[in-house]
Amino acid sequence: MRRGTFWSWLWISLGALYFLLPLIGTFIFSLRARRDELSFAAYDSAFSDPRFWEAFGFSAMMAVFTVIVSLLITVPTAYWVQLRLPRLRPIVELITLLPFVIPAVVLVFGLIRIYSRPPLALTGAIFTTNLLLIAGYTVLSLPYMYRAVDTGLRAIDIRTLTEAAQSLGAGWPTIIWHIIFPNLRTALLSGAFLTFAIVVGELVLASFLARPAFAPYLAQLINNRAYEPAALTIVSFLITWACIGLISFFGQHRAGGESQLAGPR
Amino acid sequence: MAFLELTGVSKTFGQFKAVDNFNLQVDKGEFVSFLGPSGCGKTTTLRMIAGFEKPTSGRIVINDVDVTYKSPNQRNVGMVFQSYALFPNMTVAGNIGFGLKIAKTPAADVKQRVERMLELIHMPGYGGRYPYQLSGGQQQRVALARALAIRPQVLLLDEPLSALDAKIRVELRSEIRRIQQELGITTIYVTHDQEEALSLSDRIVVMSAGNIEQVGTPFEIYNYPRTQFVASFVGTLNQLHCEVVDAAQGLLRYHDQPLTTGAPIEFPNGAAVKVLLRPEELQLGNGHGHETNQLVGQVETVSFLGATVRVELSLNGSRLTMDLQNERQLQLPQVGQSYTVSFPPHACWVMPEG
Amino acid sequence: MAQIAQPEMREMPVSPVALRRVSWAWLGVVPFFLFAIAFMILPALSLISGSVQDRQGNFTLENIINLSQPFILNAYWLSIRISLVTAIGGGLFGFLLAYTVTVGGLPKSVRNGLMTFSGVASNFAGVPLAFAFIATLGRVGFITVLLKTLFNIDIYSAGFNLYSFVGLSLAYMYFQFPLMVLIISPALDGLKREWREACENLGGNSWHYWRYVALPILLPSLLGTMILLFGNAFGAYATAQALTGGSLNLVTIVIGAQIRGDVLNNPGLGYALALGMVVVMAISITGYSWLQRKTERWLR
Repeated sequence: MRRGTFWSWLWISLGALYFLLPLIGTFIFSLRARRDELSFAAYDSAFSDPRFWEAFGFSAMMAVFTVIVSLLITVPTAYWVQLRLPRLRPIVELITLLPFVIPAVVLVFGLIRIYSRPPLALTGAIFTTNLLLIAGYTVLSLPYMYRAVDTGLRAIDIRTLTEAAQSLGAGWPTIIWHIIFPNLRTALLSGAFLTFAIVVGELVLASFLARPAFAPYLAQLINNRAYEPAALTIVSFLITWACIGLISFFGQHRAGGESQLAGPR
Repeated sequence: MAFLELTGVSKTFGQFKAVDNFNLQVDKGEFVSFLGPSGCGKTTTLRMIAGFEKPTSGRIVINDVDVTYKSPNQRNVGMVFQSYALFPNMTVAGNIGFGLKIAKTPAADVKQRVERMLELIHMPGYGGRYPYQLSGGQQQRVALARALAIRPQVLLLDEPLSALDAKIRVELRSEIRRIQQELGITTIYVTHDQEEALSLSDRIVVMSAGNIEQVGTPFEIYNYPRTQFVASFVGTLNQLHCEVVDAAQGLLRYHDQPLTTGAPIEFPNGAAVKVLLRPEELQLGNGHGHETNQLVGQVETVSFLGATVRVELSLNGSRLTMDLQNERQLQLPQVGQSYTVSFPPHACWVMPEG
Repeated sequence: MAQIAQPEMREMPVSPVALRRVSWAWLGVVPFFLFAIAFMILPALSLISGSVQDRQGNFTLENIINLSQPFILNAYWLSIRISLVTAIGGGLFGFLLAYTVTVGGLPKSVRNGLMTFSGVASNFAGVPLAFAFIATLGRVGFITVLLKTLFNIDIYSAGFNLYSFVGLSLAYMYFQFPLMVLIISPALDGLKREWREACENLGGNSWHYWRYVALPILLPSLLGTMILLFGNAFGAYATAQALTGGSLNLVTIVIGAQIRGDVLNNPGLGYALALGMVVVMAISITGYSWLQRKTERWLR
C-alpha cells in the first residue's frame, strides 16, 4: 500500500515487544506460585486475603465518592461558563491546569501542612482524613473530568440547544433532565471511568495520609510476598483495561485520545 | 498538433468505473473546463493528468512526451487545489518560491520570480505574510501564483473557487482568466458551476457518470446540446413532448398546437420527439394562441431576479419557464392570468424522446 | 469572549429576572472556586509561605538559598536528567509509533489497539508498573532468567541494574511512549494529504516534504509534548519509590522522605524544595501551552 510499510511494521513490533514483555513476564511469574507447575494459586491466595478486599473495597469506595464530588463541581461550572460566563473561561482553565503544576507529592505536602493543625485538623480523625483524601483525589482527576465535560458540552452546542428548548417552552428541569444529561452521558461516563482508574491506582495521597488503599497495600505486599503481587499486578492491569475499554466503548468516534491520559506516576 | 492529449483513458476503482474511455485533444494556450455533477469523474481525470492517480488504461501525452506513468513531481504541471493547500509554516514568498527552491534555483532568481508572481496576482508586498493571515480569496491567489511560478506546461485547477463567497468567486474568476490569457498557458479547469465554465472557457467538456457527453465551445454547448443530459444540465430548459407531422417541412404538433422549426427534421413522420426551448427565447403576449409556435398558458409564479423576470406558466398539465428582460416600464404579468407564449422557429431544438 | 457576554447584558433590561439569571450562574460556579481555593491554592500558598519562614516563623530567604547545597542540587540534577532522557527518548519513539499508525499506513485495527493500549499503559504507572518490571528485568526476572538459560548472557554481571537510573528510565518509558502517542497522533492526522500532493506537484519528493513541510509543521507540537513529558517525569513519585525503594534521590523522593520525617533537618528547606518543583512544572506547562497555541494559530 503505502511505501515504508516494512519500517512501520518494524517499529510497531518493537513497541509491542516493549509493552508486552513486562506483562507476559509478570503473568508467567504469577502462575509459578506452586513449584514446577503453572497454576492460579497466587490468585487464590491473593483473593483470599481479607486485607485485599479491605484495601480494594476502600479504594473503590473512595473512587465512587470522588466521581460524585468531581461531577458536582465540574458539571455546573462547565455548563455556566459555556452558557453565561465565558469571561471566566481562562481562569477556570488555568485552575484545571493547576493539578499538573502541583504534583501529588507536593499537593499532599501542602494538604498536610494546612489540614493537620487546628483549627482545620482534618487529619486527626479517620472520617475527616477520608474526606481530605477524596478532596485530593478530586484535585488529581479535575483536569480530565473538566476536559471531558467541557468537550462534551461543546460537541453538543449546549447554548443553542438550551435556547431552542426555551423557545419551545421548556423549563429548567426539563432542559436539564431531557437535554443536558442524555447528551452528556458519554462524556460523564468517560470522566467517571477515568477517575475510577486514577483513584484505584493512586499511591502518593493514600500512603502519606495513611489510609488503607489498594496501591499502598500492593506496595507492602511486594515486600512480604513474591507471587501474590504478580497476580494483583495482572488484576490491576485488567481493571485499568476494563476502565479504558469502557470509556472507548461509550465514547466511540471521539477524537480526544488525550482524555485517556492520567494516572499515578 | 495537440499540446495535451488523452487517449482512451479509463480509471476503475475496484468495481466502480470512475472514468470511461476519455478522449480529448487540447491545444497550447487553450482553456478547457471539465463540467459535470459530483461523481462524474472530472476530478479523477484531472488527478490523472497531474499524476496523483494512474489510469487503468489509456495514454496521456503532454508536449509529445508520454507522461502516463510518470510520478507527479516529474511532469511539470501546476495544480491549484480546492482547499488551497498552502504550506502553513511558510510565508507567501516561501510558498510561491517553493518549487523553484527545490529545483535548486539560485536565490536571487527565486526572489525575482516571486516578486513577478506577486505582481501578477495583484498582491505585491504580501511576501512576508503567513497563510493564516490571509482571506480565502487571497490564499487561492497565492496558490495560483505558487503553481505558476515553476513555469508549468499545463495548469490544472480543481474547483478552485467553490470554497469562496459568491462575490469573491466572480472577481477571482476573471482574475484567473486574465492571468491565463496573459501567460498563454494551457489550462484545465474542473467545476460543477456552469456559469464558471461558460464564462471562462474556450471549450467545455461536459461529463456524466465517467463519460464525456459533449465537447464544444460554450455557445455550442448551450445552444446546440447533443444529449439530453447536456441540454438539461446546462441552463434551464423547457421540454415539450411533440409528434412529428411533416419532417421535410419541419412541422410538429404539441397537443393540438402546430409548431415549426423552419428546417427539415431528421426524425420520421409520426415519431415522438421532444422540442427543447430556452426561457430567454420565449415571448409573452396577449394573442389568441391560434398561430404556429404560439401556446397559451396560465401564469403560476412571477419571480423578480433583478436583470430578468422569471415567469412560470402552466399549460396542458406541464410547466413552462420563461425569462423576461427587465426594464423600468415593464408591466409584470399577473398571476392567474392567461397569456400567449410565442417563439421563433429557430428556437426549437428537436431531440428524440427518451 | 468578553464581547459575547457584554452585548447580551447590555440588551437585557436590568430587571430582577435578569439579575436572577446571572446570579444562578455565579452561584453555580461557587463550589468549584471554593474547592480550588481550599484544596489547591491554599496548600500551594502554604508551601510558599513555609519556604520563606525559618523555624521561628520569621521571614527568611535562607531556605531558598540553601537549595544550592550539593545534596539538593544533585537531587534536582538527577530528576532533570531522568526527565530529559525519558522525555527525548519517549518523545522520539512515541512519535515513531504514532507515525506508523497514521502516515505509516498500518491498518485501522492496529491503530485502535495502539490507542487503547496507550490509554491503559499511561494509567498503569506506579506500583504495578514497578512490579511488572521487577518481575521481568529484576535479578530473577523473566527476561533475566531467559537470557541466562537460553543465551548464557548474565545482564547483571554485565553491569545492568534495574534499580538504577537506567532501570528507572526504562520503566518510565512505559508511560512516556503512550503519552506522546496519544497527544501527537491528532497532529499527524492533521497533516493534510493536499500538502503532500502540492509538494509533489511542485517537484518535491518525500524527503523534501518531510524536511520543508511536515516536520516544520509538527515541530511545535513535538517540542511542546516533549516538554510535557519532561514535566510528567519530573513530578513522578510512585514508580520510582516502588522500584528503587527511595534509594534514588529524586526531588520527589526527597520531598516524600521529608514529609515522613525531618530528614533535611530543616522543614523550611523541604518547603523550598517543593516550591522549586512547582516552578519547574509551571515553566514546563507554560512552554507546552505556548507551543500548542502557536501550532493552532498556523493551522487555523
